[in-house]
Amino acid sequence: MRWVRLGVLVAGLILIWQMTVMISGAPSYILPGPFRVMRALITHPGVLFGHALVTGMEIVAGLVIGTVFGAASALFMIAFKPAKRWLFPVLVISQAIPVFALAPLLVLWLGYGAGSKIAMAVLIIFFPVTAAFYDGLRRTDPEWLELARVMDASPGAILRHVRIPAALPAFASGLRVATAVAPIGAVVGEWVGASKGLGFYMLHANARMQIDLMFAALVVLAILALTLYFSVDRIMTRLVYWQTEDLDP
Amino acid sequence: MNQPQVTTGDKTGKEQAPAVVMQNVSFSFSGTRIFENLNFSIPGGQWTCLLGPSGSGKSTLLRIISGSLAKVTGIVRFEGIGRHQRMTAWMAQKDLLLPWLTVEENVLLGARLRGEINETKRSRARALIDAAGLAGYEEELPAALSGGMRQRAALLRTLMEDRPVILMDEPFSALDALTRLKLQDLAADLVAGATVLLVTHDPLEALRLGNRIHVMTGQPATIGQALIPESLPPRRPDDPAVAGLHAALLDRLMGNGP
Repeated sequence: MRWVRLGVLVAGLILIWQMTVMISGAPSYILPGPFRVMRALITHPGVLFGHALVTGMEIVAGLVIGTVFGAASALFMIAFKPAKRWLFPVLVISQAIPVFALAPLLVLWLGYGAGSKIAMAVLIIFFPVTAAFYDGLRRTDPEWLELARVMDASPGAILRHVRIPAALPAFASGLRVATAVAPIGAVVGEWVGASKGLGFYMLHANARMQIDLMFAALVVLAILALTLYFSVDRIMTRLVYWQTEDLDP
Repeated sequence: MNQPQVTTGDKTGKEQAPAVVMQNVSFSFSGTRIFENLNFSIPGGQWTCLLGPSGSGKSTLLRIISGSLAKVTGIVRFEGIGRHQRMTAWMAQKDLLLPWLTVEENVLLGARLRGEINETKRSRARALIDAAGLAGYEEELPAALSGGMRQRAALLRTLMEDRPVILMDEPFSALDALTRLKLQDLAADLVAGATVLLVTHDPLEALRLGNRIHVMTGQPATIGQALIPESLPPRRPDDPAVAGLHAALLDRLMGNGP
């Protein structure tokens, strides 16, 4: 059922796309039709795959590092109350500065390689993960905590056996949001300065008026982002196995 | 870890369960005096039921005894047993089962939290699970259980703590009538020998389970004299003591009488 729905959805989008091209009569260097883009995809598989690999690696690395940092700082703020008062404003400020404005700086400091792109992704991911996990940790049912204290549990044991598992659903939704936005970080980084990656390739194709290739890169990026999202979604569903989801018939 | 030799399920261990004595206990919460110079004792090895309207401070009293409240003045003493750290176990209205742990893991929660899980504890937990009629559900998550079964698991988790004093905060009040009766009997059977303080707002429940029944009223709260039915708990619902004392108890709850 899920796959049928996905198929109908994709087919519908392609249909609308094709209709738009036909009705508007836009030339192919402004808006190429789906078949042109398909042909670009088929004729340049190696190049697209190579760039997708770079971008995918940047996103995954950003996700892993951002998640580790985010989870660690949430735990740190829960374990040491004063840390929260100092760290949280910093977090909020870091979010107030648009990451796009930082992109040129990051490229300047970390170079044209993957480092600056990973840093961008980390910056974007860090906040949703930290905020969601911290919130989850903070909202542990006070009666669970009291029960655990009457059982003579140490604060460490309470954190490990009660608070962290109780916060995992919140952590999972934070990570889902993070996964959805992570590609933005990597691609923006590539736009600002790179020699590899789908973002770079899109600009490159655009500059040479290969709009069909640019769209092909966009399609690959969408597939990459979706694959990543659904993989993370699956892992998160396993992680919070006790939360029964309303499964589709 | 030197555990006190108190087995709550063992009826011969009755004389070992301590009495709880509270002297001049005062406690205020955000400006409201909940207790002022309260004197109250609970005899060892018996079920004492404490009845009172909602918000009269019943749960607060349990928290004072369990030591989970700060800023309490006065003395809470456990008499008749050597001093040791772990005196009280706790059972609440909500089952408080952790949804990510199986039934067996939930029953073993205390041991898990203290890092004391071993084969002896595991087999004891399994024996209790069998005795409570939960055999076959050891590996299930709490979500797969009915409310009554979940509360049974919560009772077993309380028993696994092996504490001589068991504090119960309306543990049966969220259950339907039949499930409640069954669980009351099971609790009376498995807990026998321990000192129990059961807080409830249900006079019939108090009359079924209590060796002694007190009514708590007022603000700051005062606790009336014990009503002591002649027969021994758990009493059948048609026990003359239950029917006969019901009216008297309701009277006291309304604020008339001693």
